[in-house]
Amino acid sequence: MSGFDFLSARFETALGWARKYSLFHYPFVTACCGIEYMSTACAHFDLDRFGAGLIRFSPRQADLLLVVGTVSHKLAPVLKTVYEQMMEPKWVIAFGVCAVSGGIYQNYAAVQGIDKIIPVDVYIPGCPPRPEMVLDGLMRLQEKIQREKQDWRWKKRT
Amino acid sequence: METKLQKDARPDTMLLNMGPSHPAMHGTFRIMLELEGEKILNAEVDIGYLHRGFEKTCENRTYFNLLPYVDRLNYVSPLINNLGYAMTMEKLLGVRVPERAQQIRVLMSELTRISDHLTCLGAMAMENGAFSVFLYMMKAREYLWDVVEFTTGSRMLTSYIRIGGVRADLHEGWQSSVRTAVRETRRALRDVAGLLDKNQIFLNRTRGIGSISKEDAISHGWTGPCLRSAGVSYDVRKAHPYLIYDRLEFEVPLGEQGDNYDRYSVRMREMEQSLRLCEQTSGLIPDSKPRVKADEIEPTEALRLGRLQKPPQRIRLSPNLEGSEADVYPRILTGDAPVVVPPKEDTYTTMEGLISHFLFFMDGYGIRPPKGDVYFSVEGGNGEVGFYIVSDGTDRPYRLHVRAPCFHVLSALEQLVRGRFVADVIPTFGSMNMIGGELDR
Amino acid sequence: MEKEDLIEEIRARFSAGIESYAESLGDQVLVVRRENLLALMSGLRAAPFDYAVLLDATCVDFLASENRFEMVYHLFSLSRNRRLRIKTSLPGGNPVVDSLSGLWKNADWLEREVFDMFGVGFIGHPDLRRLLMYEEFEGHPLRKDYPWRKEQPLIPLKD
Repeated sequence: MSGFDFLSARFETALGWARKYSLFHYPFVTACCGIEYMSTACAHFDLDRFGAGLIRFSPRQADLLLVVGTVSHKLAPVLKTVYEQMMEPKWVIAFGVCAVSGGIYQNYAAVQGIDKIIPVDVYIPGCPPRPEMVLDGLMRLQEKIQREKQDWRWKKRT
Repeated sequence: METKLQKDARPDTMLLNMGPSHPAMHGTFRIMLELEGEKILNAEVDIGYLHRGFEKTCENRTYFNLLPYVDRLNYVSPLINNLGYAMTMEKLLGVRVPERAQQIRVLMSELTRISDHLTCLGAMAMENGAFSVFLYMMKAREYLWDVVEFTTGSRMLTSYIRIGGVRADLHEGWQSSVRTAVRETRRALRDVAGLLDKNQIFLNRTRGIGSISKEDAISHGWTGPCLRSAGVSYDVRKAHPYLIYDRLEFEVPLGEQGDNYDRYSVRMREMEQSLRLCEQTSGLIPDSKPRVKADEIEPTEALRLGRLQKPPQRIRLSPNLEGSEADVYPRILTGDAPVVVPPKEDTYTTMEGLISHFLFFMDGYGIRPPKGDVYFSVEGGNGEVGFYIVSDGTDRPYRLHVRAPCFHVLSALEQLVRGRFVADVIPTFGSMNMIGGELDR
Repeated sequence: MEKEDLIEEIRARFSAGIESYAESLGDQVLVVRRENLLALMSGLRAAPFDYAVLLDATCVDFLASENRFEMVYHLFSLSRNRRLRIKTSLPGGNPVVDSLSGLWKNADWLEREVFDMFGVGFIGHPDLRRLLMYEEFEGHPLRKDYPWRKEQPLIPLKD
């Protein structure tokens, strides 16, 4: 009994380690935060050294959805479709205050935070956030992935 | 919901949707293509995915408070939008800006213009496959942003250029940061020119593709580098000179055919001209004496000492306010009218200063321009950025409209890709430098 | 100087449609009647005035007045380096005006945006539909009577 628990705990740790250091992200870039995202991904503040450097340009191949910038109501169905196209396990980072809570745009056009549409794991505020903040958010996501209960069967999260 | 393209399409063609979220990294833009094989028969462009209600928001904010919103229009060259708005308000209010502030404004505009072109060309090259060009250009951009950050406090959206001048003076050691930025950018541009100028693959993808004639470009309302690539020499800095551009030497590069390669080459040469302008401006701006921190006193101490007369020592302010102390004010902000935030030393230590601070920020007071309307434009990274402001005498604009240059440039995209292949959409669209914040406002 | 001569010529040639002329902060502004707008614009675009560029076309909503909407056009002449602002008022009950899409190609999108934001109709426009908002959106956001924070979500939102 305890032997199985020990093995499964070891397996979970190993799976968490593998998942957190090999994140393939899909940059759902909309607005000004996209420029800071470009800066973070490039040579100066490298994303690749965290294992998250490979950008997958299709949601079906990605496991991290980086929602960067303001999401307007016209774009909301697109975001939901993209999120649903991703396979489990998947995580979402809200990058920038517009994605976190609507930012400075509290009006008829902008969605007040993407957690009204999809579940979010890490919120990175800032307008735009400095690349160091983005890397800090990414590291917190990595800790979260390591800590959470891994499952190697398909599991739908609402 | 059927689009117009779907309704008009022939039944035997294929419809391809290059959706609002796609890897061309220009943000949210949707183009639908009717294809026969790889050839595009018809195209339809769908915009508005980044419409953030900018103009309606501006009607509900005071003239001073809406400055951060203006930044977020063309977010790759935000100081130029700041400048356009500030100069439109200065025209409406009739205030004159000090000479040093004008020089600093020119320096900041040119630095962000270079970073705009770097981002545009870097993204365009990356989408065509030249990934290292993107990395070189982003590296050069970091040096430019260093200069901006040390002076204004933020790398990108700075709200630095205010109505009446600039927020703060240049930082200590700005000359060496500018020199480093110029040197690194020149190095990056040299590398990129070596990689792309005569590169057969790049030429095959951009030469002769997306050409537009002069008459069409003018009819579409194109301005900026895209218009100049078609051979029309119109630059707002030369046609209607503002700030100190009439005293600076620079050329306006022109293209010949109006194709993608010409737009790339015009932008590369414009960056060199902007670097020349940065060097000239930094030669013009006089050095200022460094401040001696030791003999400054805290505001509470000044209040205590100042019962009968004002204490002679300077007042120490928070490090956030570095560069905007009261003795720097005459150099960087206008004294013509109460359109600027009063100096913090006065606010913290005198009653009159406190009252004028409140009168600036209170609802219903503050900047209240006379009734009327005004239009003013500056040369942005994409073309003529114009602001049309209707004022009804209160502290909020009645109507604020932005003439976005890439709106007009993109209205021609459908015409440019018709008859071409799918792969030609990418360099054509990339060379137009679509910025979502400006297009959709 | 040349600036005044140009304006005098314009006023002489199109005197029927022009209601007034003013100079505001260095800008030249012509106020015209909406019936004569298309004729005036075609005349301005042609030689000798040569206003070849339509810089901008927008609308202002004066809720309180009888002529509620005011279309504002900015023209620019490359050869003479002159700008001109043309305004025309539209009644609130029937805000329609002639479309300029036959004269300038960017008028197509500019007028679609004004239709989207204000609900102004354009006679003769090839394809007048919304540009920036989605089709299901009801109302015209930039009108003064549209509440600023009223959202119309396309998909059901949580919370």
